[in-house]
Amino acid sequence: MAMKRSTLDLWVGVFVAAGLAALMFLAFKVGSMGAFDVASSYTIKAEFENVGGLKVRAPVKSAGVVVGRVSDIHFNPETYEAEVMLNIGERFKFPKDSSVAIMTSGLLGEQYIALEAGGDDKMLADGETLKITQSAVVLENLIGQFLYNKGDGDDSGKTAK
Amino acid sequence: MIDGITAFLRQLGARFTNAIWRLGMASRFLVLTLMYSGTSFRRFHLVIKEVFNAGVLSLIIILVSGLFVGMVLGLQGYETLQTYGSEEALGVLVALSLVRELGPVVAALLFASRAGSAITAEIGLMKATEQLSALEMMALNPIARVIAPRFWGAVISMPMLAAMFSAMGVFGGYLVGVVLLGVDEGAFWSQMQAAVDFRDDIVNGIIKSAVFGVAITLIALFEGYDAPPTAEGVSRATTRTVVTSSLAVLALDFVLTSFMFRGVG
Repeated sequence: MAMKRSTLDLWVGVFVAAGLAALMFLAFKVGSMGAFDVASSYTIKAEFENVGGLKVRAPVKSAGVVVGRVSDIHFNPETYEAEVMLNIGERFKFPKDSSVAIMTSGLLGEQYIALEAGGDDKMLADGETLKITQSAVVLENLIGQFLYNKGDGDDSGKTAK
Repeated sequence: MIDGITAFLRQLGARFTNAIWRLGMASRFLVLTLMYSGTSFRRFHLVIKEVFNAGVLSLIIILVSGLFVGMVLGLQGYETLQTYGSEEALGVLVALSLVRELGPVVAALLFASRAGSAITAEIGLMKATEQLSALEMMALNPIARVIAPRFWGAVISMPMLAAMFSAMGVFGGYLVGVVLLGVDEGAFWSQMQAAVDFRDDIVNGIIKSAVFGVAITLIALFEGYDAPPTAEGVSRATTRTVVTSSLAVLALDFVLTSFMFRGVG
């Protein structure tokens, strides 16, 4: 193709600039880069009896605001509990007696960890374990409990007659 | 009877050997291309010209297709998500499917048919008209002077085209979802940002498209270089480029996806 070198360079320059702009758009507008930086964070541990459907990368929220992410979930064969590692942003400090609970956003939404600040003067440091945890609500257990209680109530009603 | 079976087996064997032989030749071709890439970087304007041919000339088809793919995703996703009352998740659906799969794969398929076929036809014709031999007569290595710049030009263009395809697609999804169908704008973007991870989703998508770029360009260059120097030979080689590289992209996509997105939410 007969085309002047400068015109060609111009077009390729526009192309490369558009490519980089698209990448920036993907990184900052589509992705969450900058919103939460994993590089400057500390890790705390929490043990749960049951994590339900919690997944790695699920958000950790405090007062409804994302302050960190779940970095790892594994089974502890000694305590028979699930160990969940939480990556919390460096600028968010929480008291030592803070509590965590596994919650669900919406009726069928994704599960997240709700971190509630305690009243202790000392702050949590990297690698520490949270003492107060509340497991995920398993729907089957809830229904089972409900049916059991209902059945109980009916029986007592009958015996009273 | 026995003769028929023997002939069939012999044919099967010949095809198999031929396929292996071509694969070996293509690998040697790739090694040669990489070995003689020095010239491309010392005289970078050769590569810039090929970025123009492979990248800039593919811009229109990539941008328009990206926009429409995103708009269709927005429409179809909205219809389905509406049934569950969660149309705010439209942004997540559009962005994740584009960034992880559709962006790299569809852009690569378009690239194979737009730029790959052009490369094969060009190289094949250069060979048929003995331009490659003429270069050799002038003591210029055709691999260094013709093949390597095209290789790098296309390999550089592919990830950028894929990123532009995804960006246009997300914009198309936004147009249909937010502007046309009235999904809440804040929820659209914020749920998208919460679900799309830079390293796990976007960088993996870019890596995918770079791998596709290498595969497509290698196939296109090799088919052109290997084409019989006749009109029919070049036409067959061009067809083979599109078919083989499209299949290679889809197969590679499966392999890469199974490595990259295992255990990612």
